[in-house]
Amino acid sequence: MNLNRALALSLALLLGACEQTPEPRKSYAGLGRDAAAFLQVERGRALQFPADHGAHTGYRIEWWYITANLTDEQGRDWGAQWTLFRSALRPGPEVPGWNSPNLWMGHAALSGPYGHQFSEALARGGIGQAGVEAQPFLAWIDDWSLQGVPGQGLQQLQMQASGKDFRYRLQLRSDGPLVLHGNQGYSVKSGQGQASWYYSQPFYRVRGEIEREGQHYPVTGLAWLDREWSSQPLTAEQHGWDWFSLHLEGGAGLMLFQVRQTGAEPYRAGTWINADGQAESLRSDQIQLSEQAWTVQENGRKVPTRWQVRVPDHKVDVQVEATQAHAWMGTSFPYWEGPVRISGSHGGRGYLEMTGY
Amino acid sequence: MGMLRISLLALLSHWRRHPLQFCSILTGLWLATALWTGVQALNNQARADYARAGALLASAAQAQLVARQGERFDQAAHVQLRRSGWPVSPILEGRLSIAGKEPSTLRLLGIEPLTLPREASIAGQLTTGFDLDGFIGPPGQAWIAPDTLLRLGLKAGEQPLSGDGQRLPPLQVQAQLAPGVIVVDIGHAQTLLRAPGQLSRLLLPKAFAALAPPLPVELAAILRLQASTDTDDLQRLTDSFHLNLTALGMLAFVVGLFIVHAAIGLALEQRRGLLRTLRACGVSLSGLIGALTLELGLFALLGGLAGVISGYLLASLLLPDVAASLRGLYGAQVAGQLSLSPQWGLAGLAISLLGAFLAGCSSLLRTMRLPLLALAQPQAWRLAQGVWLRRQVLLAIVLVVLAMACWWFGDSLLSAFVMVTAVLLTAALLLPALLDAALAVLTRFSRGPLTQWFIADSRQQLPALALALMALLLALAASVGVGSMTEGFRRTFVGWLDQRLSADLYVTPRDTPQALEISAWLSGQPGVDAVLPNWRVDTRLQGWPVQLQGIADHPSYRQHWPLLEQRSDAWTQLAAGQGAMLSEQLARRLKLGLDDDLLLPTDQTEQHLTIVGLYADYGNSKGHVLVDANWLRRYWREARVSTLNLRMAPARVPELKAALEQRYGLDSSRVVDQSSLKRWSTEVFDRTFAATAALNSLTLGVAGVALFISLLTLGQSRLGQLAPLWALGVGRASLVWLCLGQTLMLALLTVLLAIPLGLLLAWCLVAVVNVQAFGWRLPLHVFAGQLLQLGLLGLLTSLLAAAGPLWQLARRQPAELLRQFADEP
Amino acid sequence: MLVVEDVRKSFITAQGKLPVLRGVDFQLSTGTSLALMGESGSGKSTLLHLIAGLERADSGRILVDGEPLQGRREAELARWRREGIGLIFQQYNLISSLQVSANLAFQARLAGRHDPAWVEHLAGRLGLMPLLQRYPEQLSGGQQQRVAIGRALAPRPPLVLADEPTGNLDEATSDTVLDLLLQLVAEAGSSLLMVTHSARLASRLTRRLCLHLGRIQPGEA
Repeated sequence: MNLNRALALSLALLLGACEQTPEPRKSYAGLGRDAAAFLQVERGRALQFPADHGAHTGYRIEWWYITANLTDEQGRDWGAQWTLFRSALRPGPEVPGWNSPNLWMGHAALSGPYGHQFSEALARGGIGQAGVEAQPFLAWIDDWSLQGVPGQGLQQLQMQASGKDFRYRLQLRSDGPLVLHGNQGYSVKSGQGQASWYYSQPFYRVRGEIEREGQHYPVTGLAWLDREWSSQPLTAEQHGWDWFSLHLEGGAGLMLFQVRQTGAEPYRAGTWINADGQAESLRSDQIQLSEQAWTVQENGRKVPTRWQVRVPDHKVDVQVEATQAHAWMGTSFPYWEGPVRISGSHGGRGYLEMTGY
Repeated sequence: MGMLRISLLALLSHWRRHPLQFCSILTGLWLATALWTGVQALNNQARADYARAGALLASAAQAQLVARQGERFDQAAHVQLRRSGWPVSPILEGRLSIAGKEPSTLRLLGIEPLTLPREASIAGQLTTGFDLDGFIGPPGQAWIAPDTLLRLGLKAGEQPLSGDGQRLPPLQVQAQLAPGVIVVDIGHAQTLLRAPGQLSRLLLPKAFAALAPPLPVELAAILRLQASTDTDDLQRLTDSFHLNLTALGMLAFVVGLFIVHAAIGLALEQRRGLLRTLRACGVSLSGLIGALTLELGLFALLGGLAGVISGYLLASLLLPDVAASLRGLYGAQVAGQLSLSPQWGLAGLAISLLGAFLAGCSSLLRTMRLPLLALAQPQAWRLAQGVWLRRQVLLAIVLVVLAMACWWFGDSLLSAFVMVTAVLLTAALLLPALLDAALAVLTRFSRGPLTQWFIADSRQQLPALALALMALLLALAASVGVGSMTEGFRRTFVGWLDQRLSADLYVTPRDTPQALEISAWLSGQPGVDAVLPNWRVDTRLQGWPVQLQGIADHPSYRQHWPLLEQRSDAWTQLAAGQGAMLSEQLARRLKLGLDDDLLLPTDQTEQHLTIVGLYADYGNSKGHVLVDANWLRRYWREARVSTLNLRMAPARVPELKAALEQRYGLDSSRVVDQSSLKRWSTEVFDRTFAATAALNSLTLGVAGVALFISLLTLGQSRLGQLAPLWALGVGRASLVWLCLGQTLMLALLTVLLAIPLGLLLAWCLVAVVNVQAFGWRLPLHVFAGQLLQLGLLGLLTSLLAAAGPLWQLARRQPAELLRQFADEP
Repeated sequence: MLVVEDVRKSFITAQGKLPVLRGVDFQLSTGTSLALMGESGSGKSTLLHLIAGLERADSGRILVDGEPLQGRREAELARWRREGIGLIFQQYNLISSLQVSANLAFQARLAGRHDPAWVEHLAGRLGLMPLLQRYPEQLSGGQQQRVAIGRALAPRPPLVLADEPTGNLDEATSDTVLDLLLQLVAEAGSSLLMVTHSARLASRLTRRLCLHLGRIQPGEA
């Protein structure tokens, strides 16, 4: 579900809004006008790797997104986020120099027992300050990077980023396959046909070190990578979303999202992922989500930080609760993103993202 | 309150019968406030614009990385630093000429909005309503201040062509932007300045620079960290310019207060009876003082209001000249239009109030001491006058001592101005005594009864006219002083320019590689005798910005570089890399002289050079050091070629100029021939003193008004002196001529005193004030023609001032004279 | 020497035309003295001003030694004042910027008839010798009036015009000053026309005339 969020983020960037949500109708209307000139997401194309790990210039919006659930030597929960967004100001291929149509935005965050820290980086395309190369894989902005090993695709990554008073350097390794959401990666976002290309790598095991206010903590854990690109915005009625990526005990994974819409039931979708990588798309009527408890964030907004999640077809009935209730991302476009603990029919850990609050 | 109201109304009734006095006080306050606030408006505008220019990118002391060599570097360095975690933001800037009917050159600034540090104030404009997409473009946006837009005669949304035919992004007005600047996205800047992939500097957030991290080794060879910007330098450099303006404004203010003081004093004299009656009717002293103070406040408010409005008009008239000279002298961009805060207006009113109370406080004091029942006329005024004169002389002696002390021990511009002020005040205070003495001498030679009366009566008028004559003296002396200095400076400057600008063509290349390329090409051109590159390094000595200029060993320098002081082997020493020459102002600032040791901190070490010569460097606000080019390049890797001086056959200059412009894509501001450069320099010079001259003549005008008002107010009491003469058989026409003669005689004596005083002032200006303000000392010139002209101007002013009151006297009916003898009709 | 015939004079005031003299006739022979009396506003001073040429009459004639004053240009009138008369005012009207000695000699020098011995004599008679270096405002009222008398008589004018010369002085001083005036007028051989409202002082002069409502009262007062 990150697609729409990122699109809104790029909008926020375009408008220079700081802590200021753009008026949705106006902005979306503006985007709708020339959306046709961008490449469109169309059913039936087969994804090709490693080429599709790289940037898809010509599409309006794209990102590389990693969330990691970590445990330190004392058994405490941490979470790390590494995100790189690409947003195109106008259609057309990448050109070298400052005339590039692309803008890049990086978000990095570290959540843990001592709180939540985040940082943001912005860059113009075309000059090499930020970018993504498919083979060998490398995504970077300033001194943040996500770096693969030649010939290994995304199976092995080194992820590093830093911000004020925090820093992490993590090694990610996965033996599992990539998971294509929706129909072979064609993921529908609304009842009106908005869609994106969307695949994940949910099976990373993580080792590495985090640093917070000068203290170093060796950590281990699990990580989840999302890749998505599209050119289509949300509809005017869609004003926010809630997105879950859950590592269930026993090795299965669950991705769920709902788009909250004015005057209609939320649009929901998801993917059930077996421990061997077998994936099954979930329809809206297979998913039940309900808010259980709310937390007031630093900026005064109330955000649900405990959820009940039910997927009866897979016998899932769990409580999902934020380990750090104040995981607010006060970036150009603010949202909530942080690690969660799962209890109930299944145990486990995961990440939760909520926008539009 | 009732008592205060009644007393105030009674006091105010006086003015209905004396509208002239009323006008005098208002005029005085009006003129004083107008001149003062006008000057303040100019200063405020200029300072606000420096702040705008400075705040464009950085608050004070923004750290930045600049190229070690040349003006620009490859943007790969920027990317490398960003990828090493340095939060740098790239800037490309340069001069961009705008085509049009009147081509003008602006500072083009390319910024990168995404990485700009938050403390850069232009970033402030990125927060609200900023359209990133629109700014980056295409077509992008070219931000421009409203005043600059007006100056160019363009409209928002237009896309003017640059000098070399490129279309700018559509102009967009940004109210807070500095004047003379166009801000575009860095991509557009690279295109417009024809500098693809090039940057001028990298801004660093203050917090990051404070950590002082070491540059990556490979970049340390290209870039260096520069701690501060030109901005605060601009403030410091222009300080003296503004202090000069302030001093002139102050002078005008004081002259204006003379008028107010005289008029208020007269009104008090005339209202003595009224004041006594009020007291007798039971008005308390404090109530009376309160009413008088209130009345004074009303005057100040009225006069102040008029003054603030006129001050604004005056400043807007003078601003174009001031702006032009600041641009020429300091490269400071000042808007051609005023935009002032309400505080300026309030300050103007406040100064008017302050002035009114200063001018009125002696009258208030006298009111306080006014005995309730004393009826006696001021007995023996001569005696009182004598005491007063003695006091003034004593005060003058104290001031002379102060002036001497400032001269001997003073070491700042402020002390220089204190000295000048003390000299002027001394002269003003001594004026009545000197005039009295001069008249006393004349008495001895006067024979006829009318002559005797003429002199004796003039002496009697002195106390009443003294203040106005002091004002005339000050204004005339200032005119003589400033005029002599300006004219003297002008001659010195022009002579110096003639010698110094000896090359036939000056080329300012884009960067050093281009300079070397041009130089190589030029050597092969027919008619070119010599191509002399000037190597340049900008550094600081004792915190002061200094330009190091490296020159080749060429006989033309020996012939044409005028030196004030030198060792016999000066040029040889320089060429050998053992000697340096200093500009006069730098030598003064560093307190160094011939044969002293000059310590120059280079990249790695400190180098010592012997000072072998000193030269004048008029108009340069920075320090200047002349060294050998090879020596400079050896110790400073960042040395770059700033200009190429060409010595060539003059006839071939236009042809070669065109060839250079075309071949190397240089716009006409980069290839300048000798005569254009001279013309430009002289123009800057003239503009610099245009405002000074205008203020000066205004001050003289104010003094004329002071004299006029004094004579006019004197007119009434003069009747009592003139009536007996008329009764004794002196015709009215003769009386008018006698009175005119008296005024002219006093004015003539004042003019005669003003001339030596003005010359003394001129000496103070060239030998003390200029040295402190600019660092150079000029020879004192005396221009007899100018003196004569100013003297006549002074007399003319007095004549005009006397004409009105005399006209009234001449038209007086005999009945009015008769009234002096009897109360019967 | 002085003949006044049917002299009329009005002033324009805010209330309209105000006749002050409505036809005045009298004569003054050489070497005699005449007191002009009348209440305030009767036109005494105006008549004196007309004779001094300080003002012009509306109609009628003023003849001096048979020559009329009317029709003379301003410069000629100034010359008449300078050479023909000596003026003494109630307010003294000395020249404040000049010392007593210069004041005494002033008119005589102006008229080109300066006789130092005569002036010294006058100063002696008027008791001004110790005061010669003083300025007018350093003198008492009586002293100032004595200077004014000296100044008026210094050129030995044919006619002395005095307007309430003792009006500002106390009775004792008045008498002294008048005595001096009369004696010196006699010594100089001048005629005297004196305006006064005091019958006591007027009685000391040769003749007396009384002005009432702008006309001479019939019969000598």
